[in-house]
Amino acid sequence: MSEFNVTNPQTPAEPEKPAFEVFDDPVSDVGELSQWQLMRIRYSKNKLAMIGLIGMAVIYVIVFLGEFIAPNWYRYQNRDYIYGPPTPITFTDPEGNFSLRPYTYATTTELNPETFKFEFTPDFDQKLPIRFFVRGDTVNVLWWQTDLHLIGLDGDQRIYVLGADGLGRDMFARILVGGQISSTVGLFGVALSIVLGSVLGTASGFFGGFIDDMMQRAIEVLGAFPQIPLWAALAAALPPISQSFTVIHRYFLITVVLSVVGWTGLARQLRAKVMAYRNADFSQAALAAGSTDWRIIFTHMVPNGASHIIVIGALSIPGMILGETALSFLGLGILPPAVSWGSLLTDAQQVRVVVQHPWLLIPALAVVITVLLFSLIGDGLRDAVDPYSI
Amino acid sequence: MINYILRRIGYMLVTLVIIAVLGYIIIELPSGSYLEYEINRLRQQGGNLSQDQIRSLEIRYGLNDPAYVRFWKWISGFVVGDFGVSFQYQQQPVGSLIGQRLLLTIGISTFSLFLAWGIAVPVGVYSATHRYTIPDYAITVIQFLGLSIPSFLVALVLMVFAQRVLGQEVGGLFSDQYRAAPWSFAKFADMLKKVWIPILVIAFGSTAGLSRIMRANLLDVLGMQYVQTARSKGLKESKVVWKHAVKNAMHPLIMILGGSLPGIISGETVVAIVLNLPTVGPMYFQAQMNQDVYLAASFLMFLSILGLLGNLIADIVLAWVDPRIRYE
Repeated sequence: MSEFNVTNPQTPAEPEKPAFEVFDDPVSDVGELSQWQLMRIRYSKNKLAMIGLIGMAVIYVIVFLGEFIAPNWYRYQNRDYIYGPPTPITFTDPEGNFSLRPYTYATTTELNPETFKFEFTPDFDQKLPIRFFVRGDTVNVLWWQTDLHLIGLDGDQRIYVLGADGLGRDMFARILVGGQISSTVGLFGVALSIVLGSVLGTASGFFGGFIDDMMQRAIEVLGAFPQIPLWAALAAALPPISQSFTVIHRYFLITVVLSVVGWTGLARQLRAKVMAYRNADFSQAALAAGSTDWRIIFTHMVPNGASHIIVIGALSIPGMILGETALSFLGLGILPPAVSWGSLLTDAQQVRVVVQHPWLLIPALAVVITVLLFSLIGDGLRDAVDPYSI
Repeated sequence: MINYILRRIGYMLVTLVIIAVLGYIIIELPSGSYLEYEINRLRQQGGNLSQDQIRSLEIRYGLNDPAYVRFWKWISGFVVGDFGVSFQYQQQPVGSLIGQRLLLTIGISTFSLFLAWGIAVPVGVYSATHRYTIPDYAITVIQFLGLSIPSFLVALVLMVFAQRVLGQEVGGLFSDQYRAAPWSFAKFADMLKKVWIPILVIAFGSTAGLSRIMRANLLDVLGMQYVQTARSKGLKESKVVWKHAVKNAMHPLIMILGGSLPGIISGETVVAIVLNLPTVGPMYFQAQMNQDVYLAASFLMFLSILGLLGNLIADIVLAWVDPRIRYE
């Protein structure tokens, strides 16, 4: 809390390495490179962070081209394939004959009269080769309307790589399309928190006094609310999907809900930073030279705090993605007809369903991978920005 | 010191008033009232309500009063310990409703808290003192995974595991025959068979984050000069680490511990819903969804009070642990 006089024991006063070692390392040659160049070089040397960055780039390409990559339209309902399992893909038939082109078998759906469950049996006589760039359902890939799909089968046959849900819809297509929302909701949420947090945090730290007091109370009030219940309460207050309130509106309001909690942490940390910079010699010099408050803020505070803001932003993306997932999982976040990974997982709420149809849990894998990659990026950024790290 | 605490409590009171108003507004934000929910429910069951019945219900719940009157009714009762009655639980008083579920909630939360800390602190210390070794990398990978996996997913996977591999019936805390039964040794034994899943899930959620913070802090402290001094004095390495370094690296963890006080009461809401636990979290969630205003508002208020208290306690403990901290 701010009311303390703490001699901060955590930050070492000086870099630990002796000077001659530092000069051996061209990266640390601070004199010739700008701070941002330095950060970029240090970031690109971090293998895990680069994996995170490249991995996320790949994921964004895949999810936004998702409708083209997936063999079926994500809303196409196949009555004959309700809770259908993933179609097995193979290179060899039961006799052991190998073929270079992967293929699958036609499945027949039958209602078991004893258990009243659909049973799917592959028909080993009917080989269905998997083709690339085939014609299928008409879909919209970004702004491109097409019936071309990356993978598919000949004719009217359909392939379900990751199985089908309770309405016979292709899980693979739904996961890819759901990723469009799930992988971006955190970015927008963080962008909003950054705007709120940096404006309020900077003002609070710079002007101090009454403004600072008000801000501190506001942060304390928001911080006192438990996070998930607060998110749930706010999300429950959003109007239902209708003509005038579309899924897009809801998506943006969900990001607002996520950032209502998110900005406080950023504001608090930035406030401390700004307070330190304010008393630094360069600010005092600017003040003595007759700079206005705004000039000091925009030429001295903002550039100094920028790297810090980016790091905190990056580190809070995973929490926001998990928040959206939890909200949608509870039926409060993204609502149908829109899909997100969390809303896909609502089908998997009951153990009974998961035990019978384990492929319904696959969207969770997508969440884990995305959050993991974002964590790696955030961690890498933090290390790249911190000048005292090794 | 006393002055400082009194001033903090004064601030807390101001904050609490704001929270009460804001919290009440947020809870009333969703359109519709509990009555509409109730009417819908009755209609779905085939019954229908006449206008007279609806009007009498409106009067009974006080739904025609303006919002500030309803707020005043609730808050003036809350201050003197009368939390009002729940709509959805047949007009039972909110205090006893929460009380019924509180013991189990606190029990589960405390156990998982101990488990999480018991694992996180040693693991964090180990990976900081063995930095860049293979076990440290392994721990880091597990930590990142732990931070990335949503807790309800862990709950689902553990439940599937318990059902498929161990052949247990899962969900809830009690088997059918004990659910309504009074507490007995058999019921307790039955609960022990099931309670490990929620404890493990909730502990799992916080262990990764805690141990990561512990590692980062300890690394910072281990680079300090007084640690070098302690080593050069010839102290045993274990003493250097545990007595000199760890003690100074605990500060952020103490703040986090203070912050987790409300969590002990609310429990992990999402996990509890998935696991169908008879704890307070799902009840609050239901109350919020059904516009059961007294129950939701009182509960939110409890959590906020605990949150503020937790911060205060953490600050006091911090000053007690670290004599360098002085109060203004």
